[in-house]
Amino acid sequence: MEAFLFYTLAAILVTFAILTVTAHNPVRSAVYLISALLAMAGLFFLLRAEFVGAVQILVYVGGIMVLVLFVIVLVNVGQASREPRASRRWKTGLALAVVLAVELGFLMLRGVGSFAESAPPPPAGAGNTESVGLLLYNDYLLPFEIASVLLLVALVGAVVLAKKEL
Amino acid sequence: MITTSHYLVLSLIVFTVGVVGVLTRRNVIVILMSIELMLNAVNLNLVAFSDRLHDLAGQVFSVFVITVAAAEAAVGLGIIISLYRNKETVYVDEIDLMKW
Repeated sequence: MEAFLFYTLAAILVTFAILTVTAHNPVRSAVYLISALLAMAGLFFLLRAEFVGAVQILVYVGGIMVLVLFVIVLVNVGQASREPRASRRWKTGLALAVVLAVELGFLMLRGVGSFAESAPPPPAGAGNTESVGLLLYNDYLLPFEIASVLLLVALVGAVVLAKKEL
Repeated sequence: MITTSHYLVLSLIVFTVGVVGVLTRRNVIVILMSIELMLNAVNLNLVAFSDRLHDLAGQVFSVFVITVAAAEAAVGLGIIISLYRNKETVYVDEIDLMKW
């Protein structure tokens, strides 16, 4: 059952990730990316990370992607499907990406034996959200507060950048 | 049986697809979306190791990554809007004001 779910979600994820990168129309690209992010949330649920999966759906699909779609509507995409989608130096970029993939694959082949056997079963305990919340508010309290300051800075910065005149 | 290495290989594939998107596309909005894809691949790695090691710190860190991604998307889209207002373009090869 787990294997079936994993391979289904992985196939959906990879398919929609490739479609996101190759689609002509940015609106389609955004919709494909939403599907890929939902499949990724399913993988998080499969890994017993319910809180991260829920945050993924709420923040990415509900927040970031809606923002992206708004911006796509604001800037003119009418001519987008007629313009070439790849940049002039796409061959260099593709070569660099292939080099990166080979490097990562080589490193993974060397280290993959350490994770070949299945993981030990998880210890029974409190729910995932409760444990993550306790950890977030005890051990990682300072980073948590810094993250809230970062969000405030990003909020003010985005308003300043996007506004016509202050 | 699905092991951690399955998740690592999947994460590698998604990350590489994101890199291809960043390096080959012209539209700056699509480039931003490819960056989101790469950040998500990293999150998958963090959560997979968190599940394997039974240490929730990985999940806490992926929450932080999502926070930073939200901030980055907001600022990035603000830049795109003000760029479009000034230069009437969203294509990276036409944005060459600071190119030597």
